[in-house]
Amino acid sequence: MGLALELAGIGVQRVTPTGKRRAVLGGVDLRVAPGEHVAIVGPSGAGKTSLLQIAACALRPDSGVVRLDGSDPWACSARARRRLRHALFLAPQTPPLPPRQRVVTAVLAGRLPGMGLWRSFVSWLYPGDIAGAAAALAPFGLEGRLFDRVDRLSGGERQRVALARLWLAPARIWLLDEPLGALDPARAAEVIDMLCGQARRRGVTLVMAMHQVELAKAHFPRLVGLRGGTVAFDQAAGTLAPEQWRALYDLREGGPRDAARTAAASGAWAGA
Amino acid sequence: MSAGLAAAPPARRDPAWSGRLAMAIAVALVLWPLLVATEFTPWTMLDAHSLRVTGRFLGEFYPPALSAEFLELVAHATGRTIAIATCGVALALVLAIPLSLVSTAALSVSRLSGRMAPVPFAVRLCTRVLMVGLRTVPELVWALVLVRVVGLGPTSGVLAIALTYGGLLGKVYGEILESADAHAARSLLVNGSGRLAAFLHGLLPNASAELCSYTLYRWECAIRSSVILGFVGAGGLGQMMDTSVKMLAGNEVATLLLVFVGLVALADLASAAARRALRED
Amino acid sequence: MASRWRLFLAASLFLAVGLCFWSLDLQWAALFAPESLRAMGRFLAEFFPLETGHAFLRKLAGASLETLAMSTLGTLLATAVAAVLCLPAARAADGRGVLWRAPARLLLNVLRSVPEIAWASLLLVAAGLGPMAGTLALALHTAGVLGRLFAEAIENAPPGPALALRVQGATAPQVLLYATVPLVAPQLLSYVLYRWENNIRVAAVLGIVGAGGLGQMLAFHLALFQMGRTGSVVAAMLVLVLLVDALSHVARRAMTRPG
Repeated sequence: MGLALELAGIGVQRVTPTGKRRAVLGGVDLRVAPGEHVAIVGPSGAGKTSLLQIAACALRPDSGVVRLDGSDPWACSARARRRLRHALFLAPQTPPLPPRQRVVTAVLAGRLPGMGLWRSFVSWLYPGDIAGAAAALAPFGLEGRLFDRVDRLSGGERQRVALARLWLAPARIWLLDEPLGALDPARAAEVIDMLCGQARRRGVTLVMAMHQVELAKAHFPRLVGLRGGTVAFDQAAGTLAPEQWRALYDLREGGPRDAARTAAASGAWAGA
Repeated sequence: MSAGLAAAPPARRDPAWSGRLAMAIAVALVLWPLLVATEFTPWTMLDAHSLRVTGRFLGEFYPPALSAEFLELVAHATGRTIAIATCGVALALVLAIPLSLVSTAALSVSRLSGRMAPVPFAVRLCTRVLMVGLRTVPELVWALVLVRVVGLGPTSGVLAIALTYGGLLGKVYGEILESADAHAARSLLVNGSGRLAAFLHGLLPNASAELCSYTLYRWECAIRSSVILGFVGAGGLGQMMDTSVKMLAGNEVATLLLVFVGLVALADLASAAARRALRED
Repeated sequence: MASRWRLFLAASLFLAVGLCFWSLDLQWAALFAPESLRAMGRFLAEFFPLETGHAFLRKLAGASLETLAMSTLGTLLATAVAAVLCLPAARAADGRGVLWRAPARLLLNVLRSVPEIAWASLLLVAAGLGPMAGTLALALHTAGVLGRLFAEAIENAPPGPALALRVQGATAPQVLLYATVPLVAPQLLSYVLYRWENNIRVAAVLGIVGAGGLGQMLAFHLALFQMGRTGSVVAAMLVLVLLVDALSHVARRAMTRPG
């Protein structure tokens, strides 16, 4: 059921405001089997967001090949690529919800891929599947906020609403960029538990970028460490040595260079 | 955190639906009288006679009138239109500057020590009412009335623009002065300097950029007003178009429409360049 | 800016303005001569007393409603047209639909470059005298203005929500409905209200060229030198404009109230 993801020799470059070229990602290789759960860890500016954007085909790599279930999405027509996208889901760090939209519509938008034009329009006028939206929000405890406007929610609630879309989306791979950022530790533990559980039940591939080292070790069998745009390690959680962690998050070597990469990593839309 | 409900919740209804439906019905209900009141019967434009007249008129649009003598007339009229607008705004400044200085609360001495005293407040209120009156009367109405007094020609246009824009500029100048940093002006007033000095040395340096940019924007608007005023006899491009349409000279009308598009495009370019220059300044 | 450059600019500005005055050959002397000032005073005095007869006031009310209807319907039609034209005119984030952008922008520019009164004089040829010409003239010009504003609002909207839906493979209409419209709708509505406020002034005067409403009444009574009635018409215009300003202000405040 899950999508197989392969990144071979991915390189992404950005031109800084001063005109220099910086490598956001350099020679990244990653193979994720269908239904596998992988956590991407690393310091700020390591390129985690860009990596997820490449995997979601939201960003076109400057070098290297992306393969979803064996085929290169950038090699086919725009229309075919749009069809392929039905299987993708990217949750950015900032919840992508229009502030004045109501929670019910925001959640139901997750099901748009594959919905016909007429049904989409009718559902826009009057939410077509309120029970479905409620069922998606229930695990997050936000069922009571169904008809509230998104801008009346707290940051953490907004993040959970954005994740609730996953329950309705036809996606076969979940690419989540720091989905626990706005949540307190107790809530974060609950949510990651739910996400991994639901992903396992559906058999979808799960790739999550995160800061929370302990949660990553506890919930993900495989950890990929990213630093300075390259893969520092890619192995089973249990086999990681403490020095590897220290090297990954070493503040001495990081600093301004990594910060520049963070600034440059706000990816531009490369094309449908 | 899970809902913990014993039974599945019943299918919910969208609470906003009835409000939206009511609003939609209200709009639809209002639409009908609107169509009736404006005698909105567009199909009458498609009857045989109307189509023939329109068709002939439109047919003459191409090729547009590009003879040297007509283009010379157009150039002359364009110059006239711009001149009317410029003179109008210049006279408007003569009106607006004193009005704004009198009406702005930024130069209020009595307000320095708390609330404004009643007499200055009344004076300011009267000036504001005067400005509202000046700018609420549409400039076409001013022009129409002035034509009766001063005759056809650019004078009525210049005066109409001067009166309307005097009220407009006066109001906005006053607001700009009030929203500028009042510290320097206030200290000058507190130390007993005259209001004019407080304005020149306290308010003007801070507000000059905004005042200039707004005046430039309004000058652009005045050119458009000047075109419109031509339709009631103030001369310039508006009058040319009025004449050409009344004569059903389609080719001349086409040229004039092109001139309108060109003028607005020029204005867009100029304001974009001005905005860029101001940003880099 | 160097002060010499500034001085040069100010001097050339004065020169340009002076040139304009000279070129127009305005009759200052005649204007401010005591005789003409007295004549103007007499002329202005004829406006009072304003005509307040019952039958006339009823006609005035009718014309006011006609003007209000013209501006409202014209603005509504313009909004519908602008909503359609702004879609191809807006620069799409992924570079699609480039072919249609230039013609859409050109059409919008033509519509907004021609003043309403010019459109009205043209439409009078096709539609004859009456408020329909005025309504259509307002609709055409306002469609150009609103279309451009709408397109700019869409281009400047935050890209996040639309991007997320496009990643999932949503079609362009779906992205429009679920991401773009909720983001820009309040701003678009505010633009429409602002234009409606502006259009009542325009509608009031379009009648001067024959497009119905208060303007037509004004031109009629002024031509007959019935100054009292003319004054009443102007007063009605003022009342209408101030009323619509107030309504629009209230509506705008209701929209921006949180919740």
